[in-house]
Amino acid sequence: MTSAALRSRAWKLLEMVTTPLLPSDYLDLVSPLRAGADLRGRIEAVHPETDDAATVVIRPGRGWRGHTAGQYVRIGVDVDGVRLWRAYSLTSPTNRQDGRVTITVKAIPDGKVSNHLVRRAKPGTLIQLDQATGDFVLPQAKPVKVLYLTAGSGITPVMGMLRDTEFDDVVMVHCAPRPQDVIFRNELHDLVADKKLRLTEVHTATDGMLDIARLDELVPDWAERETWACGPAGLLDAAEEHWSKHGVQERLHTERFRPSIAVAGDGGEVTFSATGKTVDADGATPLLDIGEEAGVLMPSGCRMGICFGCVTPLRGGAVRDLRTGEITEAEPGVLIQTCVSAAAGPCDIER
Amino acid sequence: MTAIDPTAHLTAEQIEELGRELDAIRDEVIAGRGEKDAAYIRKVISAQRKLELVSRGVLLFSIFPPAWLLGTAGLSVAKIMDNMEIGHNILHGQWDWMRDPKIHSTTWEWDHVSPADQWKHSHNELHHTYTNVIGKDNDLGYGIMRVDEDQKWHPFHLGQPLWNFINACFFEYGIAAYDLELGKNLHKRRRNNPEFRARAKAVGRKIRKQVLKDYVIHPLLSGPSFLTTLAATFTANLVRNIWSHSVIMCGHFPEGVQVFERRSIKDETRGQWYLRQMMGSANISGSRAMHFMTGNLSHQIEHHLFPDLPSNRYAEVAVKVRALFEKYELEYVTGPLPKQVFSAWRKVFRLSLPNKKPEVKTPDRQQELVAA
Ligand code: FES
Repeated sequence: MTSAALRSRAWKLLEMVTTPLLPSDYLDLVSPLRAGADLRGRIEAVHPETDDAATVVIRPGRGWRGHTAGQYVRIGVDVDGVRLWRAYSLTSPTNRQDGRVTITVKAIPDGKVSNHLVRRAKPGTLIQLDQATGDFVLPQAKPVKVLYLTAGSGITPVMGMLRDTEFDDVVMVHCAPRPQDVIFRNELHDLVADKKLRLTEVHTATDGMLDIARLDELVPDWAERETWACGPAGLLDAAEEHWSKHGVQERLHTERFRPSIAVAGDGGEVTFSATGKTVDADGATPLLDIGEEAGVLMPSGCRMGICFGCVTPLRGGAVRDLRTGEITEAEPGVLIQTCVSAAAGPCDIER
Repeated sequence: MTAIDPTAHLTAEQIEELGRELDAIRDEVIAGRGEKDAAYIRKVISAQRKLELVSRGVLLFSIFPPAWLLGTAGLSVAKIMDNMEIGHNILHGQWDWMRDPKIHSTTWEWDHVSPADQWKHSHNELHHTYTNVIGKDNDLGYGIMRVDEDQKWHPFHLGQPLWNFINACFFEYGIAAYDLELGKNLHKRRRNNPEFRARAKAVGRKIRKQVLKDYVIHPLLSGPSFLTTLAATFTANLVRNIWSHSVIMCGHFPEGVQVFERRSIKDETRGQWYLRQMMGSANISGSRAMHFMTGNLSHQIEHHLFPDLPSNRYAEVAVKVRALFEKYELEYVTGPLPKQVFSAWRKVFRLSLPNKKPEVKTPDRQQELVAA
């Protein structure tokens, strides 16, 4: 017997021993970061960057496949006992010797996860990880001239690139309200001192928002540069328009952090994605009834919120708990009880 | 339904007010759920797993009597923890709010021969919705016993103390059969129903895995301790079964607990539903360890009012619920375990015989019985 076959036999036997659990349920007790485990990471340090931003150093589990500069990673963090998933750009270079990676997080107002990571996360905490992903990355062939156009926390994926790959001619235009709000400011200025980077800081609190037409004056040869831009939607929209107006849109690469924000309202269009049905719902009728009326096969039981027989994934949008008024927004892994939830805006139910 | 309705003194408005007060208690706990609760269940799960591992390890040497005793005791406790504080409560969705896919009602499987999804249907859905409604809630005597004077006596019931004892010893199999609605489904016509067959198959699979683990693989791994390990696992299962059967009997069988006519739940309001849960359940008093080992089902009344609140919060909820019982002059049925077990068993014996004398029935009531 081959060793692989032998191992799979041994594993089967182990499964019989641990039934109804899996051997991994026990192994997780001692070695949550081992190869073969669900991918997790351990927070090893949190370094403040500005008043409201911090870099989190993470040791990923053995299953981590590495990343490419500019990519992001989804992490699952338990905040007040609830697991929440968010995506953050990786800011560490890809060849970091100690195998750790970093993300840099800016606390946004009311941001549950970002505030938790910046202000309360403690070294030693386990978090859930996905593999790195995203195509906001540098090309194989090195471009001669590079422009990085960033604003606010949009600097984070670009910092990952800057730390990873050196170019001969790099210009960066970065917007932040005030000098002290510029994340990685010291490091950027060191790069400038070493003549590795030309930097323009736009301080929007005093200078106002960056007018994209000013690029001509800040970076006269912008159109010849391979450009990576990351920041709020307004900036990116303006950039895309500007680049295509000049017929050089293929030189512009953009990254948007939040593609769509669920707006919580009262009722809305409900999509049952598995069956492909779409119907209008008010804000008071349980989604279970809405679905059944539309002829969708909905699992159910008590119809009063106690048996959890109607639990269904919420793929998109937001719903309101009819008992508490609490709003739940779609995130991967979020399940709702359809018998006590109503549409709070457009939503997508996996049925 | 006993001759005198213990809730007769309440007006419809009072019942709705009671409902609102209970809702408020519920909302408060939900708003306060957090990190501490999550840490609690994680700790319990990890402790259970470690205890089971160590106990099974010790049993590899169970040929030595002290190792046998220690391992068997440990394994019994581990199995009780798995079924009561962990399995029962997770399968109720009490921890779904954590959004941890590993500790979730849709993914959890327990050390029990009834597959989690079948149990969720019969328990969460049927029993918890129709608590103590004769003919609707099969937990009322599990379909093999008579637990209220209003149920018709049949000579079969003469044996019910024995059935109940056997059920206690093999409780997990009883539950599996019960979840399958075996009695009903074994009729010729239903036996071949594909849905029933699929479910029966799932139970068969689960039983096979459980038996293989407990009575074949683990004893074999113990080598010379084969027989003693086998005896140890059998004992642990027996202890767990008798324990959980006792705890569960105390939930709805002791004297003082009400049962209801099918008709009485027609158009039931939220307040009335709450009231039925209050009158249809009974608690067990005792120490914190006692509450823990019963999976907090010692707070059966609170559990039936709020089946999806995390079990570690029932104790604090109980204080407020009890105050409401007093305020509305209702009887909060509770007592120490031996007393409640005795009371439940006494009822089992008493009702194995036909009613002593025909009950005095008000005209109104008779009509109700005819209608039911
Ligand atoms: S149907 Fe029972 S919880 Fe939704």
